[in-house]
Amino acid sequence: MDITPGGSSGGDVASLLGVGPGRRADQLFHSVALVAGLFVLAILGLIAASTTHEAWPAFRSQGLSFVTSSTWIPAEGKFGALAFIYGTVLSSLLALLLAVPVSLGIALYANEAAPSRIRRPIIYVLDLLAAIPSVVYGLWGVIVLAPFLGPNVYSPINDAVGGWPVIGWFLNGSSGRSFMTAGIILAIMITPIVTSLSREVIATVPRAQREAAYAMGATRWEMIRLAVLPWGRGGIVGAIMLGLGRAMGETIAVALVIGSQAGQVTTHLFEAGDSMAAVIVNQFGEASGTHRAALVGLGVVLFVVTIIVNVSARSIVARFDRQAQGI
Amino acid sequence: MNELFVTTESGDLLLSDTTKRSRRIRNRLASIWMAGSVLVAVVPLALVIGYVLIKGVGQLTPDWFTKDLPAVTRRAGGGMGPAIVGTLLITAVAAGMAVPLGVLGAIYLHEYGGRGRLGRLIRFMADVMTGVPSIVMGLFVYTVWTIAHGLSAFGGALALACLMLPIIIRTTEEMLRLVPDELRQASYALGNRKWRTILTVVLPAAFGGITSGVMLAIARAAGETAPLVFTIGAARNLNLSIFNGPTTALSVQIFGNAQTPFEAAQARAWGAALTLVAIVFILTILARIVAARVARRHNA
Amino acid sequence: MTEGTLRESASEVVRAPSFIADAPTSVPDNAAVVFDVSGLDVYYGNFRAVRDVNLQIHTHEITAFIGPSGCGKSTVLRCFDRMNDLIEGARIDGKIQFHGVDLYDPRIDPVEVRKRIGMVFQKPNPFPKSIYDNIAFGPRISGTKENLDDVVERALRQAALWDEVKDRLKKSAMGLSGGQQQRLCIARTIAVQPEVILMDEPCSALDPIATARIEDLMQELKSEYTILIVTHNMQQAARVSDRTAFFTTEVNPESDSRTGLLVEYAPTHKIFSAPEDERTENYVTGRFG
Repeated sequence: MDITPGGSSGGDVASLLGVGPGRRADQLFHSVALVAGLFVLAILGLIAASTTHEAWPAFRSQGLSFVTSSTWIPAEGKFGALAFIYGTVLSSLLALLLAVPVSLGIALYANEAAPSRIRRPIIYVLDLLAAIPSVVYGLWGVIVLAPFLGPNVYSPINDAVGGWPVIGWFLNGSSGRSFMTAGIILAIMITPIVTSLSREVIATVPRAQREAAYAMGATRWEMIRLAVLPWGRGGIVGAIMLGLGRAMGETIAVALVIGSQAGQVTTHLFEAGDSMAAVIVNQFGEASGTHRAALVGLGVVLFVVTIIVNVSARSIVARFDRQAQGI
Repeated sequence: MNELFVTTESGDLLLSDTTKRSRRIRNRLASIWMAGSVLVAVVPLALVIGYVLIKGVGQLTPDWFTKDLPAVTRRAGGGMGPAIVGTLLITAVAAGMAVPLGVLGAIYLHEYGGRGRLGRLIRFMADVMTGVPSIVMGLFVYTVWTIAHGLSAFGGALALACLMLPIIIRTTEEMLRLVPDELRQASYALGNRKWRTILTVVLPAAFGGITSGVMLAIARAAGETAPLVFTIGAARNLNLSIFNGPTTALSVQIFGNAQTPFEAAQARAWGAALTLVAIVFILTILARIVAARVARRHNA
Repeated sequence: MTEGTLRESASEVVRAPSFIADAPTSVPDNAAVVFDVSGLDVYYGNFRAVRDVNLQIHTHEITAFIGPSGCGKSTVLRCFDRMNDLIEGARIDGKIQFHGVDLYDPRIDPVEVRKRIGMVFQKPNPFPKSIYDNIAFGPRISGTKENLDDVVERALRQAALWDEVKDRLKKSAMGLSGGQQQRLCIARTIAVQPEVILMDEPCSALDPIATARIEDLMQELKSEYTILIVTHNMQQAARVSDRTAFFTTEVNPESDSRTGLLVEYAPTHKIFSAPEDERTENYVTGRFG
């Protein structure tokens, strides 16, 4: 081993050897971070396990009728959740019907048509919309919107077209607190999400595609139709599905405005109904025994459904991402 | 038709009368749709905020912030003190649990195991977790905690923490990704260990972005109702204890009072809504300011 | 070793490039050895990026690695402070000895290695902290007993940056110009008092004036440190270095990939005036690369 003159560190090999507190601290930190990451898996697993376990008595006593029957009479031990599943799906679909055109319009406007000075304020407005807690939307819905819509909008429409075929199947009823009002409130709440995700998607459309359309003499709308929308189709679908997932899980605002009329499976949009989440939050306080287990069971169904919607949405968006990068 | 129709709207081409009229009309309709959508979105926002402001501001007396909730719901009087404290306390405890866990989890994902199978699984599950409805979180905490330990602020904080955790993990991981790798290399080249590099170089560099993300998560949690309904109970008086006894929060108060037919109770709900919206907005705006300051510093 | 002679090609007289007039004309042969590299191969996974490097780095000298892009100069450089450890799948065959100690012995802690062997990177990478905190960063980790103010001032003086920043030590380092940032990074490196400084194309992101200042700085630092520099600028190598190692690439017949190798290693003046290998001569006379 060379002991070199002038080299300050030549001789002390030992100081180069790895042992001691530094390395151990590294390993410790790694483990701590790993455990933190594992918490996510642990919590999700616990959610699935504990809620299913709590709900099991109800599942066992009802069997498949839990999701196929719409008879929900706790006093008689009958727990058929079909009406609530229907209400959740119906109000969410209504929300999509109302929110998607608006969200897409805003997203396109912000990206394609807006003068740059307006662009930033639009984003701020959307952020503000998203920041308002859902209970505040519910409060406004039940005190302001529902009492207004019932007599002033739904009733006239019902009187006018309620008896007609096809249209009359839907535009029927006159209750301010109804599927439709729930749909409207939900639409307001999911617009920010769907808009911002769609905006991100639209922003990734390459210049070349747009310029190709313009070069063919397209109007701006035609350019959007030919270049932007086909390109962003996957991502926009994903954004819509994420909005759907959010709408289905929304509890409080819906509970306040949907009317809480158990057992209604009807196409009349202006009639009161119920959704899974609303039932849970409204009945849990006074429920016990199998009733309570049934409510947790509703939660399990809601959990499974929203996860399926979410995972599908993300896989669609991921496929779109890969496609966008591959081309 | 002899329209020499030359439009100078930004984005539109110069169209002559050789362009079919229907195409022009469709283009114009589309523009109306797009701009109109923005208006459609602004209207409910203005209405909601307007009502909250107008109906709520009358409630905000000094008593509002200090007095306990009235014994008889349908009568006016009392204040929201316990609920305001409850909201702040529960949210703070939730953040105290979710932030360290979330930041550490993000550190694991970005600095250590992110690309392996376990890392990808964790990241995927965190994404899934952001979609779990808040009421399911409430049911979950009810099942594993409240049954055994009773109603308390801590139960609510647990549920809120579960909501916040995946959001914090994702936004923190994004911020860590933005820290240039050259900084880490410089630190290693100076003989610094990995854990110290993360604590003294990476986290400080990502700090602003992480803070902004955390504040947004806190703002979201402060407004949540469903996770709290089954876990914190309903108290009229101030309860500063985290583990003992039921408490209340602004969101739960709004929910409860909104369902009553009594004027006084509804008025209280508006006041609580104004208070809650103010808290949430302040947090959101602060988060944006921090984010903007970070962006400016990076471009300096 | 026999002295090579310049060959005259049929079509032109090959003359020694003019810039080698600046190079020192002699290098002590018996200068002490800091690094002893024998049979070094560097692999990324199964791909052999560099093969068969043999050389010795001498103390208080500036050694330059030159060669065309992709020949593995930076890869070899990063072996000296085990920075390649940070790249997944990177490993070596062969031996690098630092004062007789095998750097890749499993018992060796790479973190300790890096405290003795510092590195300056191609793109200046100061931390987004104050100038003071950048310099004090290393000494703070090692827990120096010295007064931090003194350490910072000494490092900045050695890096020829003190006068420019002494009045704004608490300001952010990101506000400095590119050349100042690179000198800051050098000051940051020498604040921990390493024995060796590795420089990976330190001037390639800088303008000519900043480059000249750093080259002057290298000459000053030589008396206290041993310096290895990778550069794609031949003139720079000829200006500053005492010894030069020339690398090139060869194509692997089976896989069509390129592996780097060391062609020639000699005192700088010899490499540039009388190289032994034809490939070296072609490179330094600008015929290719």
